[in-house]
Amino acid sequence: MRKVQSKATSLLRGGWVWLRQVSGDAAYENYLRAAARHPDSGSPPLSRAEFYLDSLHRRYSTVSRCC
Amino acid sequence: MKRIFEIILWGVIALAGAGALAAIAFERREPLNAVWFIVAALCTFLVSYRFYSAFLAAKIFALDNTRATPAERLEDGRDFVPTNKWVLLGHHFAAIAGPGPLVGPTLAAQFGYLPGTLWLIVGAALGGCVQDFTILFCSIRRDGKSLGQIAREEVSKRGGSIALLAVLAIMVILLAVIALVVVKALRESPWGTFTLAMTIPIALLMGIYLRFVRPGRVLEASIGGVALVALAVIAGQWVNGSPSWSRVFTLSAPALAIAIIVYGFAASTLPVWLLLAPRDYLSAFIKVAAIFALAAGVLVVRPTLAMPALTRFTDGNGPVFAGKIFPFCFITIACGAVSGFHALIASGTTPKMILREGHARIVGYGSMLMESFVGVMAMIAACALQPGVYFAINSPAGIVGKTADAAAKTISSWGFALDPQTITSLAQRVGERTLLDRTGGAPSLAVGMAQIFSGTIGGEHLLSIWYHFAIMFEALFILTTLDAGTRVGRFMVQDLAGHAWKPLGGSRSISGTLLASAAIVGAWGYFLWQGVQDPLGGINSLWPLFGIANQLLAAVALVVATTILLKMGRARFIWVTLVPMVWLVVVTMTASYQKIFSASPRLGFLAQANQLAGQISSGATAGAAIADTRRLIFNNRLDAAVTAVLASMVLVLVVEAIGEWIRILRGPTLPVLHESPNVRTRWVGANSVWPQEGEQ
Repeated sequence: MRKVQSKATSLLRGGWVWLRQVSGDAAYENYLRAAARHPDSGSPPLSRAEFYLDSLHRRYSTVSRCC
Repeated sequence: MKRIFEIILWGVIALAGAGALAAIAFERREPLNAVWFIVAALCTFLVSYRFYSAFLAAKIFALDNTRATPAERLEDGRDFVPTNKWVLLGHHFAAIAGPGPLVGPTLAAQFGYLPGTLWLIVGAALGGCVQDFTILFCSIRRDGKSLGQIAREEVSKRGGSIALLAVLAIMVILLAVIALVVVKALRESPWGTFTLAMTIPIALLMGIYLRFVRPGRVLEASIGGVALVALAVIAGQWVNGSPSWSRVFTLSAPALAIAIIVYGFAASTLPVWLLLAPRDYLSAFIKVAAIFALAAGVLVVRPTLAMPALTRFTDGNGPVFAGKIFPFCFITIACGAVSGFHALIASGTTPKMILREGHARIVGYGSMLMESFVGVMAMIAACALQPGVYFAINSPAGIVGKTADAAAKTISSWGFALDPQTITSLAQRVGERTLLDRTGGAPSLAVGMAQIFSGTIGGEHLLSIWYHFAIMFEALFILTTLDAGTRVGRFMVQDLAGHAWKPLGGSRSISGTLLASAAIVGAWGYFLWQGVQDPLGGINSLWPLFGIANQLLAAVALVVATTILLKMGRARFIWVTLVPMVWLVVVTMTASYQKIFSASPRLGFLAQANQLAGQISSGATAGAAIADTRRLIFNNRLDAAVTAVLASMVLVLVVEAIGEWIRILRGPTLPVLHESPNVRTRWVGANSVWPQEGEQ
């Protein structure tokens, strides 16, 4: 029983993490992690609001949606 | 032991798929259940994924999981973001799935269920998925370069320019035709128009929330937005019921077209965070949810298909669009089987996010299989309708007449029994004044979806809510494609104009932005207006034009892919991309030729122009109608010219590529591949789930 329960919890957690990643909700955290991996890149990391605007500008200057 | 079990399992899957395909192809005595279609598609896709994509991955591309991908080598947390493969699959699928796989199969159902279903399944497994997978692979090996850049480097400079121009042309026609689909669905429909109009203030609210209140918290903003949209669908019923409010939201087709043109201009020039981005979040959520709901609904209801396997319209005189199965079935079902547009996504953001080369298989090949499955669902929804109802909704008034009586008489004379009462009462039940002359596929898909959903939840009295939910979902993501496409088109125009005169280039120049936006909106707006004025409903001429353009882009992508495979020394396996490429070139060239030169005025642009000109010179058209007819003549000639230009661009590219292939095959030295350097990965065990956490 406990096994089933823990399996269900981990499945739900996985689903939630997936949703956050796919929707872009976790994009800023990913960015900070990447910035931490490359501390030598020069400029300090962007703030959450700056990063959000920056990512939108990038996404919508190339073909991001299809027919 | 495990091996034997595997062989048995795959044998069973293959047999089930083959059996279901045979049933679809040969059963004629009684109507088929949708389950046959689901089994045929699922089993074929499973087998093709398990074996064909594995063959491509191992023998042709030799995907190498120890080679660092661009996401590792160039990681910046912005464009180059190493991403778990299931997350990337979701991303990529959300990007490629648009209105195409829903509308195309619905229109192609006029031939019966058989041709479209077979093409969806076979075309995807052997054509579309191969294209997406190959281009994704090529782009991964080239630091995520775009199709145009790859074409320039690997084929020729001219090849790159042709790819760029083809993309711009397709964009214009695509935007016009999908805008026309929305106009046809919402004309004289206060409920639908109100719901869609409400998505604009909802998106603005979300935009402000995401920018100022809780920056970047996409999930919570989207959940709130989706709830508000659901409220708007329900509130639409009250608007529809109120005489004064319903008058405000009852718009004619020309008025809607103008509203959409103005909206497109505004959305592409306003800051992205305000309208475009929040709308995109909203539509992505609703799109994926509605697609899953449709699949679940089909499984629960398991409708019987009322449409025959083949209809009389295989003769080329169909009311939905003119032309025979070959080539027009393959032009109409563009997305869902093969879509050239996918090559842009597969050489856009996705290759920059892929963590391991091996993931390209599920992301490139797998997501296209999912898209094709959506197309099969749309085919089921369209064919589950009574054929008489299907033709009443999808035929233009110019062919079946304006009233329910006239339409029922014409459609019954084709052998599809239809009572005028059936179509008027169906319109009332879904909360519309009329369902006649709603060409474009969206409304008949919505009726099909509403019947499936109401068979699952709510029964008859939720039919109208489900219908408007389906219309809202289609219109919402069509408008999102319209916004995003107009904006990208604007950048392309600015880029081109910048070459001609510097001050116009660069996205910071306000006059340049406004001019380029006006140019791109003016271009698709012109074709949209032309479609609205067309007595044959517009879809008849614009959808094939879009299909031709899209398949031409696919041919371009496959030409590039074939060239690269040759350069990689894979001449033995060249049929993998060469066969779909040759097929697409033959299909598109035949279709282009027929659209331009066919003697039938409904099919050939020039024949229709000549027929109209004859009406003026013989005096059959007189007075004020002459100016309208002259405009129709001009439009037909313009469509013919556009088709000719697109087709000749691709022919030039094919000839150029063949020259390059001969040089490669004859050449004494090895051809130069422009791949980025082969660097070993420094990330160990990065195949696990959520690799970002604590892995280096």
